[in-house]
Amino acid sequence: MSEVIKKATRDGYGEGLLELGKINDKVIVMDADLAGATKTGVFKKEYPDRFYNAGIAEGNLMSVAAGLSLTGYTVFASSFAMFAAGRAFEQIRNSIGYPHLNVKIAATHGGISVGEDGASHQCCEDIALMRTIPGMTIINPADAVEAKAAVLAAAEYEGPCYLRFGRLAVPQIFDEAAYKFEWGKGAQLTEGTDVAIVATGLMVNEALIAAEELKAEGISARVINIHTIKPLDEEIILKAAKDCGCVVTAEEHNIIGGLGGAVSELLSEKLPTPIKRVGVNDTFGRSGPAQELLHLYGLDAAHIKEAVKEVMSR
Amino acid sequence: MDSSKKLELQKAAAKVRMNVIEGTFNAKSGHPGGSLSISDIMTYLYMYKMNVNPENPKDENRDRFVLSKGHTAPALYGALALRGFFPEEEIKTLRKADSRLQGHPSMHMTPGVDMSTGSLGQGVSVAVGMALGAKIGGKSYRVYTALGDGEIEEGQVWEAAMFAAAKKLDNLVVVVDNNNLQIDGSIDEVNSPYPIDEKFEAFGFNVININGHDFDEIDAAFTAAENCKGKPTAIIAKTVKGKGVSFMENQCGWHGKAPNAEQYEQAMNELKEALSCLK
Repeated sequence: MSEVIKKATRDGYGEGLLELGKINDKVIVMDADLAGATKTGVFKKEYPDRFYNAGIAEGNLMSVAAGLSLTGYTVFASSFAMFAAGRAFEQIRNSIGYPHLNVKIAATHGGISVGEDGASHQCCEDIALMRTIPGMTIINPADAVEAKAAVLAAAEYEGPCYLRFGRLAVPQIFDEAAYKFEWGKGAQLTEGTDVAIVATGLMVNEALIAAEELKAEGISARVINIHTIKPLDEEIILKAAKDCGCVVTAEEHNIIGGLGGAVSELLSEKLPTPIKRVGVNDTFGRSGPAQELLHLYGLDAAHIKEAVKEVMSR
Repeated sequence: MDSSKKLELQKAAAKVRMNVIEGTFNAKSGHPGGSLSISDIMTYLYMYKMNVNPENPKDENRDRFVLSKGHTAPALYGALALRGFFPEEEIKTLRKADSRLQGHPSMHMTPGVDMSTGSLGQGVSVAVGMALGAKIGGKSYRVYTALGDGEIEEGQVWEAAMFAAAKKLDNLVVVVDNNNLQIDGSIDEVNSPYPIDEKFEAFGFNVININGHDFDEIDAAFTAAENCKGKPTAIIAKTVKGKGVSFMENQCGWHGKAPNAEQYEQAMNELKEALSCLK
């Protein structure tokens, strides 16, 4: 068995930007003094004339990006998820969302896998915040391959988009040569009929591990990767719920308002189905090594398996 | 500016003010005070200064205007209607459920509106982004924005100012409508942003203080802004809130209140008389 490649989705973002630099001269990248960490610095190095630093001023960053987009540019505006979706929420809502402008809010350091910096920097609320903005597309890639592809797709899309990337190097799931990003579409990664595991971001890999282990126990789990959380691919989720009869969601985000929230809303309205949400259980994070925190907060294959058994027993 | 042009603008400004009263009266809500204080500058920009075309409102080479103090939309609409972006009759639909004229400007609903605004402090940043876009694209159009003097209490205004000066956006003009009143009282009592000119100067702006109701001074300031290279310009326009309607002048209470029928009659009569005196 070949060795698993580990790479952070933020690195996929940097690679996507580099590619865009080559093929799309309308792309401008902005940051708020975090270019090294968000990986926009990779773009800045190659294309210094198309990179603008707003300094530590995220509200202004978002509104300036809005103005820039109105002059015909596709703007990627980056900071950490906490300060992009969090601090600059209202600028995103009013300067970007309401006029439906062509700004890509590319937020890195989403979730608790930020690690040692602790709760102030671990944003588990961003997807919930962004979901409430009409017309906002939300993409949360599972690995660096998907992240890069999502960046290229986002540049082709005309309109506001929130892209969430992680700090932690995570196992590469997809083969770059074969991978195809389908805007707004979920993807079924494993066949299964006993339970549907609907996962996003770094939890997709955990869902795959859980499914493999469950198979040994005689449980057939269908893993669905949802990279586009909004608009949600209702069809693939409803079909999985119907075929399997129960659903587990898995995300590195508060169980309130994120993927688990979105799937619960969908199922309760259109196909009431037993569901269990795996995610950050409405609590703040803390400092620690990322991998340790993921286990501590129940964001791993073991907790997905537990949730599967609980929901199947109802 | 020659005297005939000045007279023409003074007449146009009186009509913009009538549009402000007409709109807010029919809407039974809105913000007449700050609309009347910025009316002369709105008139100057849309009837004289800016390169805009009502036949092609989205022309990519047009000058841009962002009303950062979005609540004074009645003055913007008044000027846009006068310039021919939409029929003046439509002013009466302001704030109605089937109207194109939203309580705060909406770029997708009203022809000629370059950016949706209303949340204070954000429009100036958007204007900065537009000015940056012009620089990147090597375009010669200019970008104007108007802020309230209360609005500059928002921290984002200073984030935007810092950025505009650092990026040497000399194609940007920021107008501060210094009527000295905000909702809760006079700006120096609520949370004084004074000295406004020194603050913008410290942030790296070319600063010009003017009487915001005098077209000679307005024209001189905007012309000086064009000639200033390497720095954005801030025009601090000393104005009178409610200007042109005697009972609204310098009255904080007219920030966000519409005239009743009797007040409407009196305001319109005053403005008509002012117009007839302009010869």
